[in-house]
Amino acid sequence: MAEKRKIKLIVNGVEMEGEAEPRTLLVHFLRDTLGLTGTHIGCDTGHCGCCTIIMNGVSVKSCMVLAYQAEGAEILTIEGLAKDGKLHPIQEAFWENHALQCGYCTPGQIMSAYFLLSRNPNPTEEEIRRGLEGNYCRCTGYVNIIKAVKAAAEKMQKAVK
Amino acid sequence: MSQAILCKEIPVPRKWVGTPIKTKEAPRLITGRGKFIDDIKLPNMLYAALLRSPYAHAKIKRIDTSKAEKLPGVVAIVTQEDVLKWCKPYPQIVPPPADKLLDYPIAVGKVRFVGEPVAAVAAESRAIAEDACELIEVEYEPLPPVLNAEDALKPDAPLVHEEVGTNLVWHEVFEYGDVDKAFAEADKVVSLKLHFHRFGCPPTEPHAVLADYDKGTGVLTIYCNNQMPMFCMALIGLSFNFPTEKIRIITPDIGGGFGSKILSYTYMMLISILALKAGRPVKWMEDRRENLAAGTHCNEVTFYVEAAAKKDGTILGIKAKTLHDVGAYLRYEPVGALLWIQVSSGPYRFKNLRMDVNAVVTNKGPVAPIRGYGRIQHLWMLERTVEQVARQLGLDPIEVKLRNYIKPEEMPYVTPSGATYDSGDYPTALKKALEMINYEEWRRKQKELWKEGRYIGIGAALFQDSGTNNFAQVRLIYHKNPFSGNSRMAEMWMDEFGRIIVAVGSNPHGQNHETVVSQVVADVFGVTPDDVFVVPGFDSWVHGWTGHAGTYASQFAVSGIGAVLGAAKRLREKIATIAAHMLKAKPEELEFRDGKVWVKGTDRSVAFWQIANLAYRNILELPEGVEPGLRVIYTWKAPFKLPDMEKKTVNATLTYSYQAHACVVEVDAETGKVKILDYAVVDDCGIPINPAVVEGQVHGSTMNGIAAALYEEFVYSKEGQLLSSTFMDYLFPTTLEIPNVKVEHMITPSPFTELGTKGVGEGSLVPLGAICSAIEDALSPLGIVITDSHNPPERLYRMIKEAQKRK
Repeated sequence: MAEKRKIKLIVNGVEMEGEAEPRTLLVHFLRDTLGLTGTHIGCDTGHCGCCTIIMNGVSVKSCMVLAYQAEGAEILTIEGLAKDGKLHPIQEAFWENHALQCGYCTPGQIMSAYFLLSRNPNPTEEEIRRGLEGNYCRCTGYVNIIKAVKAAAEKMQKAVK
Repeated sequence: MSQAILCKEIPVPRKWVGTPIKTKEAPRLITGRGKFIDDIKLPNMLYAALLRSPYAHAKIKRIDTSKAEKLPGVVAIVTQEDVLKWCKPYPQIVPPPADKLLDYPIAVGKVRFVGEPVAAVAAESRAIAEDACELIEVEYEPLPPVLNAEDALKPDAPLVHEEVGTNLVWHEVFEYGDVDKAFAEADKVVSLKLHFHRFGCPPTEPHAVLADYDKGTGVLTIYCNNQMPMFCMALIGLSFNFPTEKIRIITPDIGGGFGSKILSYTYMMLISILALKAGRPVKWMEDRRENLAAGTHCNEVTFYVEAAAKKDGTILGIKAKTLHDVGAYLRYEPVGALLWIQVSSGPYRFKNLRMDVNAVVTNKGPVAPIRGYGRIQHLWMLERTVEQVARQLGLDPIEVKLRNYIKPEEMPYVTPSGATYDSGDYPTALKKALEMINYEEWRRKQKELWKEGRYIGIGAALFQDSGTNNFAQVRLIYHKNPFSGNSRMAEMWMDEFGRIIVAVGSNPHGQNHETVVSQVVADVFGVTPDDVFVVPGFDSWVHGWTGHAGTYASQFAVSGIGAVLGAAKRLREKIATIAAHMLKAKPEELEFRDGKVWVKGTDRSVAFWQIANLAYRNILELPEGVEPGLRVIYTWKAPFKLPDMEKKTVNATLTYSYQAHACVVEVDAETGKVKILDYAVVDDCGIPINPAVVEGQVHGSTMNGIAAALYEEFVYSKEGQLLSSTFMDYLFPTTLEIPNVKVEHMITPSPFTELGTKGVGEGSLVPLGAICSAIEDALSPLGIVITDSHNPPERLYRMIKEAQKRK
């Protein structure tokens, strides 16, 4: 076992630090060391997208990133999305459109949608499908997830105007 | 007679029941505050990893854990010796000789499938536990594996379980009507060999267990994501050498189940043994490779079918021999080989049926009660068969299906096997689904497109989703099986401040029980769903339960809600008695509204909190003979009977939701790839409590069916290695594969339930029927017959090329 090293990073706007082994995955570091359990693990192989977070403005599957690689990074997780007790429009849209059932994949879906809408505020259905293809869901058949992302885009557009 | 109502919007029969309110569970789940097993951390907790078999079939000659034990951070290791100390073999539900089959939470003596647990390690971190697994030395003596049911039945086949003496673990013949006469009178007999493939519905959260033994009290708390743990307690209690009264089971939020999370009782025991040995809490999270290899497969079935039909396509009778490959252990089997009995004639009217049922063990992963358990295989077989009858008679398959459907005026309809279909209008549902895809127009276009070499096909199917099972049906497997019926317990109380709290013995994992229960209770008490708190999750020391408790078999809207309604009425009655005394009125003069009880037509009222205060604190003012407190329990019992053992008939389920699917596909002859051009569903589950929740279930079930028909398959090599062991090879469909599905609803209320509800959820994976039909239709110019439930590009490509060569 290699020695642990201290990692410093900014998570949801707050400077945080903790120890990690060289092999520690970022998702384990977030969950087990920093206690941010909203980011889930569904496959360990980079397929399911349950562990999707935003790292330096880009969506990543945090099971595919080592904690060491996140040194100094700015991270946004599902816990950082609602501000002052007010849900983010994407979260609202997921709730209003029944875009979740068991809720296990939901944080990852929402973070992917967040990244998609940050790059493309007014996506077509096809673009939403491409933007979310890395996030598996067994419960919803994706129908209401796609509906929710469309609704979120509209909400966010209105808020800008 | 139930009336079919066709509607885009579901009518609202009550104030809250029937309303698509936003769910109560969502706020925690969309903010990352859900609580799943992996989110729970107890003081001093260890992490587990399992060492699993790399062989499909091998003797275990020696297990040496000494190197692993010396690794710093390793606290305890469990192997077969510990398991034999703590466990008796699990009880089996099969008749002799297969009842002798030995099954434990871990391999004992030999391994029987790739991925079978051989050792378990508890360590200070998951990484250390995994390192330790690599240091465990296991000496195996590989044995030849048997990898399909037909091979397993050959006289010289290796035995999966020597103690049984055969790989055929259950065989039974069921005969209804006069099958020989039906075949003698037939204008046409159609014979088919069909294969229903092995897949699963792997949920995004794999299995998980956290076991915590309290040395002070002797209590063992098992946190798990099992979806029917209190049913599994029967197995745990009979095999675990631990006092059952000191076992407490908790399920928090669960990340999907789809039936696969029923079999995790073996892990619940294994991790408990590890925690007992370590003397510290131990958490185990299954990883995805483990999950795909060991416990989420459906019954794989080979069918030999014969159908007798009249010239006009009327089906007279069906004979089917089934070979169920149930994998290495029985666990919940051979129930999956029996459950066709809930839907023996499917949506059809034929009366003559012979089922020759065979359940066979092989060296593959054990099967689980996957979504549509045991019925999807049978319903798919019937669709393939009826379709072939039509094609071989030169008739339109859809017309033949409609001709053979049970008519709405025949409901409730008793099937050959004694099941009673409660209500429904199958022809209308199918016609509506066809209309939604512009059937007539596609039929016209299809002929032109065929000429252009484009293979367009239309398919339609209707499957029932039989819900609320009668456990007595397993007596038809073995008459001594000591369970029957179905029941559900709910506890409800008004606290001393007048707030309403409900606890139901279920283990929801996406079905929104907190939401739908609060809707039903809100209507009984004249409050809003926000005024009703439904205790989240399940805790065997908090939630009342019976041996049928759990979340499975499409039944909460019937059994769970039955219990909730019963409890609500009982509580309401007691509140009314006290309120009548306070208001100097008669109970029947009262109404419940806005958190108060009113004397109807007056402005006289008393608030819930005032009544509750009387019941809990100011008890000397209670009316004579009324017990203090406002807490009730109600146990709902399904109106079932025991099977007729001679005729082998049973009313196996209480309600029959159904879905009619219609689709248009295009098969690319150059690649074999299937593209879905349009997809429509008509769903009927009686009165929906929350239409949004119901529609979500329909979407999910449809996706699972599309996944099975086109993408997902567990493939084994000839050595018994699982080749689709990660999501790289086991193709979980994404937003790019699943089309937009149009859904409309019909309502034929169930005459057998108080609210007219029917169970919904499993949905029977109807796309298996509709898509296979559409593919066969598309390729009909080539004369291709679809005989496998799984049709990935490589299979269709080969079939198309061969057919083109023949031409």
